[in-house]
Amino acid sequence: MTLTEKLLARAGGQAHVAPGDNVWVNVDVLMTHDVCGPGTIGVFQREFGRDAKVWDKQKVVIIPDHYIFTADSMSNRNVDILRDFVREQGLPYFYDVIDDPNGHWHFDASKGQLKQQWKGNYTGVCHTTLPWKGHLRPGEVLVGTDSHTCMAGAFNQFATGIGNTDGGFVLGTGKILLKVPETMRFYLEGEMSAGVMAKDVILHVIGEIGFDGATYRAMQWEGPGVNAMNMDDRMTIANMAIEAGGKNGIFPYDEKTGEYVRERIAENGTKSEFEPVEVDREQSFSYDKTFDLSKLEPTVACHPDPGQRKTARELKDVTLDRAYIGSCTGGKTSDFLAFARVVKGHTVKIDTFGVPATTKVVHELKETMWDGLSVWSILENAGVRMTENASCAACLGGPVDTFGRMNTPMKCISATNRNFPGRMGHKESQVFLASPYTVAASALTGKITDPRDYVG
Amino acid sequence: MPNTLTSPVYVVQDNIDTDQIIPAQYLTLVPTIAEEYEKLGSYAQIGLPDSLYPVRFVPEGETKTPFKIVIAGRNYGCGSSREHAPIALGAAGVEAVIAESFARIFFRNCVATGELYPYDAKERLCEKVKTGDIATLDFDADTLTVGGTTYSLKPLGAARPVIDAGGVFNYARKSGMIASKG
Repeated sequence: MTLTEKLLARAGGQAHVAPGDNVWVNVDVLMTHDVCGPGTIGVFQREFGRDAKVWDKQKVVIIPDHYIFTADSMSNRNVDILRDFVREQGLPYFYDVIDDPNGHWHFDASKGQLKQQWKGNYTGVCHTTLPWKGHLRPGEVLVGTDSHTCMAGAFNQFATGIGNTDGGFVLGTGKILLKVPETMRFYLEGEMSAGVMAKDVILHVIGEIGFDGATYRAMQWEGPGVNAMNMDDRMTIANMAIEAGGKNGIFPYDEKTGEYVRERIAENGTKSEFEPVEVDREQSFSYDKTFDLSKLEPTVACHPDPGQRKTARELKDVTLDRAYIGSCTGGKTSDFLAFARVVKGHTVKIDTFGVPATTKVVHELKETMWDGLSVWSILENAGVRMTENASCAACLGGPVDTFGRMNTPMKCISATNRNFPGRMGHKESQVFLASPYTVAASALTGKITDPRDYVG
Repeated sequence: MPNTLTSPVYVVQDNIDTDQIIPAQYLTLVPTIAEEYEKLGSYAQIGLPDSLYPVRFVPEGETKTPFKIVIAGRNYGCGSSREHAPIALGAAGVEAVIAESFARIFFRNCVATGELYPYDAKERLCEKVKTGDIATLDFDADTLTVGGTTYSLKPLGAARPVIDAGGVFNYARKSGMIASKG
């Protein structure tokens, strides 16, 4: 069996499953957030009753992260709905933006977007919070009311996005009916050359198989190229399985995975037992292809979908209005360090926004010193508008006062993961997806720019 | 009695993602709150670029669409897992989307909520019919008839009775899988 088949067989209590089988699976963790949480809670209460209790308090993780730093009163209310539910149910894992369990969230627009307004144990983007706070364990099944839940596949688990109705069902029963997907294997060999990042790998592959090339399928990553990647790189790749229509992305387990996970479990005191799934010798794939990483170039997905692949070099004449770095895919510490390496000592030519994925990323950028300056200061000195308010922000547009949102038609190069029309705001705007290196180099020139001119 | 629906159709092309079906700024509306459900309908497909889709799907100031059938190309409903997408369409009065193909989560959310019937077409209907054409969808024969031509659709199979029942919870109660509500 493939990794995905092994995971679903185990979670479904079966010795063997095959693609196309429908299996009732036990869920290890359900994650929800401020955009889909209120509706999921609504379905749960409507169907199981106002006094019903969730199936397992330890297995529900609620992370407000989407529309937090906005004066939009409905958005603020939605965070309050989550808090009320957490209090009623006595849920232990809620990363609230305020520290009063009976309080109300109100964003103060008069204080501006850049300075910290979160308190307590607020963390930021859910997919980046889950591993940090020790909620991801190899061998488990994670479902989340968000399509980028597939990012957790980097940790050798089955992880997929679901809707509110399925989410409400899971809250009540801990189970979900899943169809076993066919598996596509992407075998990575060779080493990436200087200036090429994990983001280029996934943009290249999506360009290869097309925007719906993995629909209803699992994307399994193997090979020496995968073994060499750190967990951040694997997360970047797993995150974008959905951009090719994939049900999940999945990586083999190795010592790097184990070390990363054990360290975070120990820090947070979360459940410590886990049992990875190993790669079988006998696997059957619906697609199997080897990619030589040494041949990859900095890659861009052009407007209007993630499958519109071009090399950065081919696009050198495209002028831009804006650059953006952030999100689950592109807002990790390693992403900002790569970005900073390019812009250090230079000044950006176009409006450039930086939104760390989590509050931990904010701290790390302020604590990492290069030549006596924090990376945070290096970014600010280069003209990047850095906010301390970690969140999804303009990756998905959001309410009109969202930091970095495109409220007029413009062209933006972005380290995020999705670029359908209107994704980052105005529906006549255009988004080009690229690596942090490419976004940084393009921010400096105001045109799409191959970063190998700056790093290497 | 024939089980059919006759309506003008609204035609879209490939890759209509959930941001175009219901843009992110309207996700502040919670679908399980009745008045917010209605409001979601008024924004259905408002994210389609005006330059490509000059006819508004839901007329300005109204909550319902005159187009109860949507015809689409490949990968309809791709992108996010937001259930607001099929709900906005259903709240606007859409009864079926007929696409060359669907994204996985959107298809599942249509069935789970019972908001609308997601039919796979056998051919690229988005190039054969145009917005405003009057079509008749026959739910039992699995056909769509437009201007004298009848196109056969892929049957919905096991998804059909779930949508007929009004979603997975109603279906599960009706079929005895879970207990009836008090």
